[in-house]
Amino acid sequence: MIPSGFEYHAASSVQDAIRLLTENEDAKILAGGHSLLPMMKLRFAEPAHLVDINGLRELKGIDRDGDVIQIGAMTTENELIASEILQQHCPLLVDAAKLVADPQVRNRGTVGGDVAHGDPGNDHPAVMLALDAEFVIQGPEGERTTPANGFYLGTYWTGLGEDELLTAIRVPVIKTGTGYGYNKLKRKTGDYATAGSPVVLTLDSDVCREIRIGLTNVAPMAIRAEAAEDLLRGQVVTEALIEQAAEQVMAACDPAEDLRGDVEYKTHMAAEMARRSIRDALARARS
Amino acid sequence: MAKQHISFSLNGQQVDALVEPRELLVHTIRETLSLTGTHIGCETSHCGVCTVDLDGVSVKACTVLAMQANGSEVMTVEGLADADGLHAVQQAFIEEHGLQCGFCTPGMLVRAYRFLRDNPNPTDEEIRWGMSGNLCRCTGYQNIIKAVHSAAQKLQQA
Repeated sequence: MIPSGFEYHAASSVQDAIRLLTENEDAKILAGGHSLLPMMKLRFAEPAHLVDINGLRELKGIDRDGDVIQIGAMTTENELIASEILQQHCPLLVDAAKLVADPQVRNRGTVGGDVAHGDPGNDHPAVMLALDAEFVIQGPEGERTTPANGFYLGTYWTGLGEDELLTAIRVPVIKTGTGYGYNKLKRKTGDYATAGSPVVLTLDSDVCREIRIGLTNVAPMAIRAEAAEDLLRGQVVTEALIEQAAEQVMAACDPAEDLRGDVEYKTHMAAEMARRSIRDALARARS
Repeated sequence: MAKQHISFSLNGQQVDALVEPRELLVHTIRETLSLTGTHIGCETSHCGVCTVDLDGVSVKACTVLAMQANGSEVMTVEGLADADGLHAVQQAFIEEHGLQCGFCTPGMLVRAYRFLRDNPNPTDEEIRWGMSGNLCRCTGYQNIIKAVHSAAQKLQQA
């Protein structure tokens, strides 16, 4: 299987990439390529131009500035896993990256590609919702930042314009008193989630001050279970409350039936992943 | 789409090829450069039989454009053995019966080679994690784990 024909452009800079996107109709960015190239082989995507940004070193790397960690969009999954900054200050991203695909794919697959592709099966979008991340985007008009919350509009549909490039992701440092968890059910290594749920919560004397519950692959796009969050915010989180929140998680789900399961199964698994992640996050926030 | 010239190091030798932008690295290696040790399996980056070493990391050559290998260093299964004979990883796969039909073996060997470079003294758990991008449809996984373990010991003694 090979993709249908396209023109290949190796971008020499971020500005060059944006110029190539602007000047060429039907152009797509080639990041790690582990979602796009298989789609092109299967003719689910047939872009006329590919703009390869693998040569852009300025899009790589992880830096911390106080309470904010900035991650270059072309940082690979394995680079996330190996990052001491993330291991120490945002281990949720390390845990999530370990659950993405397999070792070879993690050498090529990038966090920016995963975030910007708009596939509801990708792991990072819901994780970024739970982290309240911010996306740095360059376009013909210059740079803008946009919150992850509100970025995901539908399947393969995000707030990224056709002539724009995601250049970096900003996530907050996870501080003492804040806990996290990501549980993902998958059939085998390398598979997308049957259902997944990242959770980040902050405790104040055992009262849940802030909580964000993300959901992976149980709706047309990554979503937050906001009704479940509202139930837990301001409360001492008990098992009985987690059970009520799990009901609200199920109400938020709108999964597509496929080989991974039917609607009912996926909905129940999403609730179970959320329960586990809430418990993990509570335990970590208390420790 | 006009063909474009690329040049890269393949198993230590500089090679040139004319490729279409849509050509995948695995096809260039097998069809243009006639090294057929690297196999093609699922072609969608799941199975790992097309694993090669690209600039010191394991990648699936069915999901890398040949254009992207321009200027890089590539090693395939043919690059493992040298004048002194088989590589320790190959020898270990023979001794531990780490293959049955052999179709997945080139990918397993090249992946095991890089995995042991990165982690010379792995636990069985780490081997399972590190080799998890390679499928064996004969499901001879136990012996593959043993072979990687044995290769690690051979390489440590060498």
